[in-house]
Amino acid sequence: MLRYALRRLLLAVPLLIGITFVSFIVIHLAPGTPGEVQTGDLSIQSDRDVQKLLMELYDLDKPLHVQYAKWLTRLVRFDFGRSFSPDARPVLQKIGERLPITLLLNVVEMLIIIALAVPIGVLSATRQYSMFDKVTTVFVFVGFATPDFWLALLLMILFGVQLGWLPISGLRSLNWEYLSFWRQQGDFASHLVLPIIVATFGGLAGFSRYMRQSMLEVIRQDYVQSARAKGLAERVVIGKHALRNAMLPIVTVLGLSLPGLIGGSVIVESIFAIPGMGQLMVQAVFERDYPVIMGNLVIVATLTLGANLLADVTYGLVDPRIRVGARRGRR
Amino acid sequence: MKLPLAVVPLALAAALALAACGGEADSAVEQGSARPGEKPAYGDTFIESLTGNISGLIPNVLSDSASFEIGSMLYSGLITRDKDLNIIGELAESWTFSQDCLDLTFNLRRNVRWHDGRPFTAADVVFTYETMIHPKTPTAYREDFKAVAEVAAPDPYTLRVRYKQPYAKALQSWGLWMLPRHLLESYVREGRLREAPQNRSNPVGTGAYRFGEWKPGEKVVLVANPDYFEGRPHLGRVVYRIIPSQATIFLELKAKGVDAAGLTALQFKRQTEYPAFRKAYHKYEYPANAYTYLGFNLKDPRFADRRVRQAIAHAINKRELIDGVLLGLGREATGPYKPGTWAHNPDVPTYPYDMAKARALLAAAGWTETNADGVLVRNDQPFTFELLTNQGNDERKKVAEIVQASLKELGIQVDIRVIEWASLLKEYIKKRRFEAIILGWGIGLDPDQYEIWHSSKTGPDELNHISYANPEVDALLEQGRTSCRQAERKKFYDRLQTILAEDQPIVFLYFRDALPVVSSRVRGIVPAPSGIRYNFNEWYVPTHLQRYTAG
Repeated sequence: MLRYALRRLLLAVPLLIGITFVSFIVIHLAPGTPGEVQTGDLSIQSDRDVQKLLMELYDLDKPLHVQYAKWLTRLVRFDFGRSFSPDARPVLQKIGERLPITLLLNVVEMLIIIALAVPIGVLSATRQYSMFDKVTTVFVFVGFATPDFWLALLLMILFGVQLGWLPISGLRSLNWEYLSFWRQQGDFASHLVLPIIVATFGGLAGFSRYMRQSMLEVIRQDYVQSARAKGLAERVVIGKHALRNAMLPIVTVLGLSLPGLIGGSVIVESIFAIPGMGQLMVQAVFERDYPVIMGNLVIVATLTLGANLLADVTYGLVDPRIRVGARRGRR
Repeated sequence: MKLPLAVVPLALAAALALAACGGEADSAVEQGSARPGEKPAYGDTFIESLTGNISGLIPNVLSDSASFEIGSMLYSGLITRDKDLNIIGELAESWTFSQDCLDLTFNLRRNVRWHDGRPFTAADVVFTYETMIHPKTPTAYREDFKAVAEVAAPDPYTLRVRYKQPYAKALQSWGLWMLPRHLLESYVREGRLREAPQNRSNPVGTGAYRFGEWKPGEKVVLVANPDYFEGRPHLGRVVYRIIPSQATIFLELKAKGVDAAGLTALQFKRQTEYPAFRKAYHKYEYPANAYTYLGFNLKDPRFADRRVRQAIAHAINKRELIDGVLLGLGREATGPYKPGTWAHNPDVPTYPYDMAKARALLAAAGWTETNADGVLVRNDQPFTFELLTNQGNDERKKVAEIVQASLKELGIQVDIRVIEWASLLKEYIKKRRFEAIILGWGIGLDPDQYEIWHSSKTGPDELNHISYANPEVDALLEQGRTSCRQAERKKFYDRLQTILAEDQPIVFLYFRDALPVVSSRVRGIVPAPSGIRYNFNEWYVPTHLQRYTAG
């Protein structure tokens, strides 16, 4: 198992370099340069001088492979470079100040989704075509089809403007510095309620459907029948025997959504004015801020590869058949 | 608010347009103004909203409007603009021009200190100039200082500037934000000004507000500078909240989460007219620094004929256009200068809505027959053209539709095409592959529009994309930008506007109104031709109405 994991880890290195190389080429292919973006589209002479200056400053006048080589040699030393945006700050610093809030939002959202989606999926599967199944199906599809920004605005109008129970946007109230510690936490949490509801609502749909589908397949299996025949309580049959197997595909999906945890939701972040990764990335793309885009890509790519590996390893842990298969293969 | 940009495309200008002209904010004038006999109080926090993150704190090397706005609070220039957009002294007490417009001498204020306590002197001005012309400083304002031959500081409070040739924008260009030599010199020398820590935190200026904190993507906090040379400003703190979504800003406004915002015409007229909102906010309106136009490709033989352009101008009912598109919140444009500013000439030929006259003009140009569809035909060619505008601007799309309907009545068939901004610019405007366009121009505070109208500026990357060429206009533009005397320049620009009005190289449609609202607890606001922000330091909240007491 360990050797398998190590081998996968080593293979990931060339893969990562390949990903960054292709990404590097592709983002440089997009029309527009940082200089053009910074000086406007229709430009007068002085703007073109600035554009030229910026091209030299950022090495953009050099051939692409030279730029890539420079970037890669810096990366090996964990130097992600400085942002092309006029604040010229180190990329890692920019990502570092945006990451915690996005991570927090996404982890909480993910936990809520799992906590809700698993029981919903299991219940609708075991009671297929029951009233509960039908109602949740409708609910879930409504959730899937509702645009984030629209739901967000409705909730803001109701809870923020009409009732005044919750803050509309941002992360902290203006008098935050002057609140006591516990009030600060309460204030912060109240700002997160609406964004989390909106983000959860959409994600819940997909996950509970997966769970339902996976459960439906499992409970038709013979061994579930046998478990029932042994006279086990239905709760044990479903909760212990069926659920564990039904979780397998969910683990894969979960693993793959790990890298998504650091990529914020652009729409939710923009509408709730949350300074997270989504906003940073979108702004970087608009500004053609290549170092920030690449920095973000490297992190996401690394996490994706890591998550894949993790999912494969977890498979082995959850499903003895895979573990046995690997052992047999080694012989 | 300083706007040293001569000409900016409307995409930018919409955000930049803050300075403007007197409005009919009837009730607001009295409500928002200071109460007679009331002593302005100090304190409270004013909460602004910004849609974009600022990109830094040294505005001289930045280019986004949000950074300019905050920069103007932190830094000051030698000169600034008063409520009527006249140039007045800020860090300069007075100035004199030599007879030939080549020598400009400033006398600087003596009581000015940087936020860190060091005195401000002429050496700082020389340094700022050197920063701007340093080949490694990425600034869009270098153009303004290229005409300078020499800058010298004979003593700490005198600055002498010598120009190579007379330069109309000489005085205006010194409204630039002054930078402290003692902190930034080494960064400028190394060409790393953007990396200076003052661009990220603790900027040091001479402005009315000092830096508090900047949480990227979240907020920027400024605090009143008690040692400001014109006296401590009344509002104790200004918080700029960064809220990317316009819809969210509007809701925050309703929930009193922000104190000021710019509204759309629809919000201004229809969604904020209920009593609670009227009580909580005062509304203001004044023409923005940008106009919308219908432009022609003058290389197209049909549009090269002036009578055709005049006919089209007569066929468009501008009032109806403003009512339909802006719910009446705009002013008819007769030329490229804003009504109420010194360069504007009110006595130019106009084109009142008159279909008969339009038909006669087209007939004179040879468009007499119509085909079965009612479209004018000349030499078997029907008069149809494609009207382009950019995606994402509903206002322009509506304008295009009204123009289409108006011209249909005249017998001209218009096909509208809405194209994404970047490709419209790259593939159509720059390559001159268009027949007609609906776009806008943002206008600067100086009337020099050489870049837009001069016949030498018709290259692919240049701004005269309609290919307008008129020798008299060329001469006027050249004369206008080489004089330093306003009265003399006014003559040139008056004549320029008359010619442009006669020629109608584009149909000037309207100036949209800027529609800001400000919390009603703030007093001291007096709308003027330059808008409302010119006297921000005098705004105050009476003690009993102050909302944020902490801090």
